[in-house]
Amino acid sequence: MVAAFSFSKGLTTLSGLLLLSFGSLAASQIEDQAEQFFRSGHTNNWAVLVCTSRFWFNYRHVANTLSVYRSVKRLGIPDSHIVLMLADDMACNPRNPKPATVFSHKNMELNVYGDDVEVDYRSYEVTVENFLRVLTGRIPPSTPRSKRLLSDDRSNILIYMTGHGGNGFLKFQDSEEITNIELADAFEQMWQKRRYNELLFIIDTCQGASMYERFYSPNIMALASSQVGEDSLSHQPDPAIGVHLMDRYTFYVLEFLEEINPASQTNMNDLFQVCPRSLCVSTPGHRTDLFQRDPKNVLITDFFGSVRKVEITTETISLQPDLEIMESRDKKDWMDEELMEPLQYAEQLPVAQIIHQKPKLKDWHPPGGFILGLWALIIMVFFKTYGIKHMKFIF
Amino acid sequence: MAAALPLAVLLLLLLGPVGGGHAEPPRDTLREELVITPLPSGDVAATFQFRTRWDSDLQREEGERITLEKDNCHLLVSHYRLFPKALGQLISKYSLRELHLSFTQGFWRTRYWGPPFLQAPSGAELWVWFQDTVTDVDKSWKELSNVLSGIFCASLNFIDSTNTVTPTASFKPLGLANGTDHSFLRYAVLPREVVCTENLTPWKKLLPCSSKAGLSVLLKADRLFHTSYHSQAVHIRPVCRNTRCTSISWELRQTLSVVYDAFVTGQGKKDWSLFRMFSRTLTEPCPLASESRVYVDITSYHQDNETLEVSPPPTTTYQDVTLGTLKTYAVYDLLDTAVINNSRNLNLQLKWKSPPATGALNRGLVFAEAPPVPFLYAQRYVSGYGLHNGELNTLLYNTHPYRAFPVLVLDTVPWYLRLYVHTLTITAKGKENKPTSRPPAVLLAPVGEPHIPTARLPLLSPSVLSALVPSVVAAKPVDWEESPLFKSLYPVSDSSSYFVRLYTEPLLVNLPTPDFSMPYNVICLTCTVVAVCYGSFYNLLTRTFHIEEPSTGGLAKWLANLIRRARGVPPL
Repeated sequence: MVAAFSFSKGLTTLSGLLLLSFGSLAASQIEDQAEQFFRSGHTNNWAVLVCTSRFWFNYRHVANTLSVYRSVKRLGIPDSHIVLMLADDMACNPRNPKPATVFSHKNMELNVYGDDVEVDYRSYEVTVENFLRVLTGRIPPSTPRSKRLLSDDRSNILIYMTGHGGNGFLKFQDSEEITNIELADAFEQMWQKRRYNELLFIIDTCQGASMYERFYSPNIMALASSQVGEDSLSHQPDPAIGVHLMDRYTFYVLEFLEEINPASQTNMNDLFQVCPRSLCVSTPGHRTDLFQRDPKNVLITDFFGSVRKVEITTETISLQPDLEIMESRDKKDWMDEELMEPLQYAEQLPVAQIIHQKPKLKDWHPPGGFILGLWALIIMVFFKTYGIKHMKFIF
Repeated sequence: MAAALPLAVLLLLLLGPVGGGHAEPPRDTLREELVITPLPSGDVAATFQFRTRWDSDLQREEGERITLEKDNCHLLVSHYRLFPKALGQLISKYSLRELHLSFTQGFWRTRYWGPPFLQAPSGAELWVWFQDTVTDVDKSWKELSNVLSGIFCASLNFIDSTNTVTPTASFKPLGLANGTDHSFLRYAVLPREVVCTENLTPWKKLLPCSSKAGLSVLLKADRLFHTSYHSQAVHIRPVCRNTRCTSISWELRQTLSVVYDAFVTGQGKKDWSLFRMFSRTLTEPCPLASESRVYVDITSYHQDNETLEVSPPPTTTYQDVTLGTLKTYAVYDLLDTAVINNSRNLNLQLKWKSPPATGALNRGLVFAEAPPVPFLYAQRYVSGYGLHNGELNTLLYNTHPYRAFPVLVLDTVPWYLRLYVHTLTITAKGKENKPTSRPPAVLLAPVGEPHIPTARLPLLSPSVLSALVPSVVAAKPVDWEESPLFKSLYPVSDSSSYFVRLYTEPLLVNLPTPDFSMPYNVICLTCTVVAVCYGSFYNLLTRTFHIEEPSTGGLAKWLANLIRRARGVPPL
């Protein structure tokens, strides 16, 4: 009886201990799950940076795009994951007093063009059609890899556009425009094809907020430099270059991003506060209703930086050269010498052929047309005049 | 994780037994050269050449792939060491025999600067020889231009059937050739193409040492584009592997030519140094290079009390016949430790010891001596008045003292610019002669099918002139691809002449535009004609006259009568 009682007591303590451990395990698991729920589920980052304006006086739009490009590269997104579209060439423009440079701060403090830039779509290639094809992935099969947006359903994409715009449209190359409805439809196509996990859309044009009014796909967060009815203004001109170097909104965004490093925990709410009305003159706007997470849990580096998941393993694998391949290669080399006759270089200008070319002999054809008619006329006149009896002297 | 271990073991077993270390001789070599040529106008020209030779026969290994049953036989062409993988894969995928691509900004002024080592037309030029195994050359050409536009960040995808030509005489293969069927050649020029840092970046990344060591350290974009002339090119061709020429190696030549302007970059002074030109100095040779040399042209600058002093003094000099004239070069071999040992860097300096009287050198384009006039140079311009008619003139100058030489001219014009070939006249020594003989005098082929023309003015591509110029000094026959850059770059069997290819400047032609005021004119004229002619006839035919009783006056008369009655005057 005592043994049974002690056995049952032991059993209950054992079961109690087990329940306790299970409970704590479950609790920590739930905690993990809760944390992971708020962390973004993306595995790679892409950026599409578009400048849509031509001409030298739109230098600032190219500088805007290049400064975002520079920040995004610095925070870790590689060139292969960035699609950079610049509608005109400012750096090597003949009007640029400092070739191969694009400055964002006056007195030429910061060269955002740098030494390592790769522009994917240049000058006349930046069109509405190409932009929409890049976004939706409907690209002709011969397009090179660097010009494609090869994102999947776990990609976070940053889309930055700048140029001249109006209420509901953005001007491309001074000859065509993209409307906010087309853009919203393109994003919906991307969502249906599962081409993004989350999308951050930033636009720096006049009346920029009109461009994100029509979005209806989930997981999109949008920022604009000005509201409908307001103009976005440029920041500062440089007397040596002679044009305005940057737009205000992007200038302050660049200053904000310069303080971010790949490990920083700054979130989107700080980005919304960049450039208040006192600095920007226009009122920047943002739209987060389509976004599922709370902006204060979204890190800046979720879009501007790059995710690299690295697993360290202690296993080693050693690769051995395959002797059989090397033997066959050596044999092949030896066989080469035997088989081929000596080759020669082609004569660049075969002078002998050109100078000593004999004139082609023309084949003789019987006369036709006018000459034939003329001779027939002459013969007819002769015989009419002198009579047919002279024929026998001729034939 | 647990399954990976036996898998790894299986992998080791499959790869075969470990043999003794079979050290393979390297199958590719890199040679880099820089030639600095002071030009007579005070400018300085710098030409880089990086040659990577890969002793591998890509076609043979392609053929082997079919015969060998091994699964891993494709490993034979997948090990790239110095030769860049991007280009190696292009050669095998599109079955290329040769590829020549150049990007140029500016124009080489042959008259003032002398003949260049390598000349390229303004904009982008691409010409390719395909292998004779290619079935659809046009399709491969289109795909190749798209792939190259991605590699070099250029708009080469604008090359299509409307600006591609198949030259039948001007271009011959520069590498080993087994018969030249011109249907496998395609040539296109994009004269509007801009060259900037984004084209230089991928070009630099193709180099084995890639702007970290050796001569490529000097390639800084902000200095290289602040020049009067910038040209970078990539040339791939098959060459002989040995003197017997029984097997093929692939040679990749990357060249970059820049001309620094004395008055823009140099502030009028003629002294140059590597630091002044490139804002860098040479510190160490590229460890992967088998040769790494700098040559400075020191010929013919010992006349007229003006000497060129090069510091540090060269250890060796090299004399050779380049482009028909005998030249002397000072050689600095970076692999020779005596060259870079004291200061750990090499900053070549060129100083002119000019006499004090020639202060005018710094102002305007006054030359210390007459520039060496090259034997062949050309100009092209548009003449004629009005938009409807015009003339395209190409002037060729031959300043050789006594020899004449044949020149081939290739002109590419867009389809919407109509040239009347029957009006072609060739004027030589003041006498005109019309070309009466049939090909090869004029070979005309239509360029592409008509399509909707763009609204831009046509920029005519530069003319290509090819000529075999007899040189004044005979050169010794030498294995020409082993020798450095400035030895003749084109294979010529006759060593008493050298082959030269010149490009003229691109031309901007104004095409007639429709008169947009015509609708207004038509409306005005039609309305006037209708009103005057038809209106007059209508009136004549339909107008009738009635007699009408005059009106009695009405309200005004009644009011006036009222006032007259008030005055006592008799009414109207």
